Amino acid sequence: MMSTIQAVWTPMTLSPLLWLALTLLSFLLGKQAQRLCGGMALVNPVLIAIAIMALLLKLTHTSYQTYFSGAQFINFLLGPATVALAVPLALNIGHVRSSMREIGLALLAGSLTSTISGSVLVWLFGGARDVAMSMASKSVTTPIAMAVAQEVGGVPALTAAFAIAGGIVAASIGQSLMRWLRISDWRTHGFAAGVAGSGVAAAQIAPLSGLAAAFAAIGIGLNGLFTALVLPILASFWH
Amino acid sequence: MLNAITVLISAQLLGELLKNLLHLTLPGPVIGMFILAAVLLLRRRAPAGQDSALTDVSETLIGNMGLLFVPAGVGIVTESDVLREYWLPIVISLFGSTLLGLLVTALVMHHASLPMSPTATSQETK
Repeated sequence: MMSTIQAVWTPMTLSPLLWLALTLLSFLLGKQAQRLCGGMALVNPVLIAIAIMALLLKLTHTSYQTYFSGAQFINFLLGPATVALAVPLALNIGHVRSSMREIGLALLAGSLTSTISGSVLVWLFGGARDVAMSMASKSVTTPIAMAVAQEVGGVPALTAAFAIAGGIVAASIGQSLMRWLRISDWRTHGFAAGVAGSGVAAAQIAPLSGLAAAFAAIGIGLNGLFTALVLPILASFWH
Repeated sequence: MLNAITVLISAQLLGELLKNLLHLTLPGPVIGMFILAAVLLLRRRAPAGQDSALTDVSETLIGNMGLLFVPAGVGIVTESDVLREYWLPIVISLFGSTLLGLLVTALVMHHASLPMSPTATSQETK
């Protein structure tokens, strides 16, 4: 009797549970830090959580495998979360239909620019193919970026880090760049943030305008779809 | 909520199945997203209750997406050799390609939408 209860009640040993809890705590800490800094884009909760966990693993000499045995439960949710992007996409389909032409052209140009310049710049400055391929999909929303990276011979962990770092860059310079270009249309602001900086940049611009938020969502969804379709084909030309 | 979670997981499963059956290069969850978007658009007049639960769960997942990146991001500890060796191309590419991506997306969208504004006349430029 007792052993049956124990078998049912201890599906997770202490160590995985510890790393799961610490991951959640470090992310909450990161969110709190961002709130204290007035929502500054540079104080990014994802970046903070990753830095804290990486430091903890280093200090405690814990392997990534041990860490992941707990954190995989969070990681699993990336799949359903990616599927969930269909909802804002479907909700905003009216906006997509009414500005189909500019959205299509901007997506084509922006997505190809991000993908090709990302990998070519790495290659030009002496990076290996797997680093370049990890960089290629970095402007796509992270779960899609990681899946695509795996597909084209990149390293998903590198891509995740690049995607988050790229998003922080886009969030930090996006507004100033638009002002410099004298572009005041929120649709353009939102779409550029979504295509070039995905979730992190979108989170920065969304509170400023509902229209920008909608177009950022469209940009994230379409860029993810487009890159996932096109990058494997582009990558097949470079062995 | 249970319905909504089942819908999301089923769409993902369908995506993975299609990927394996048809040997697609698209990631399974992306195919699932495609399928779900198509279904949602086809059934525009679905019962409001179900749709709002799906919207709620999706908003929760997307709103906290940052957390979901952390376990994979921590995987960077296993790549510290790569970072040490290639930090220069990585930093240059991160800044350069993000700046270019923003610039090109915004400029193309801005200029493509010009003819639609009332002040713009017919465009002859190519």
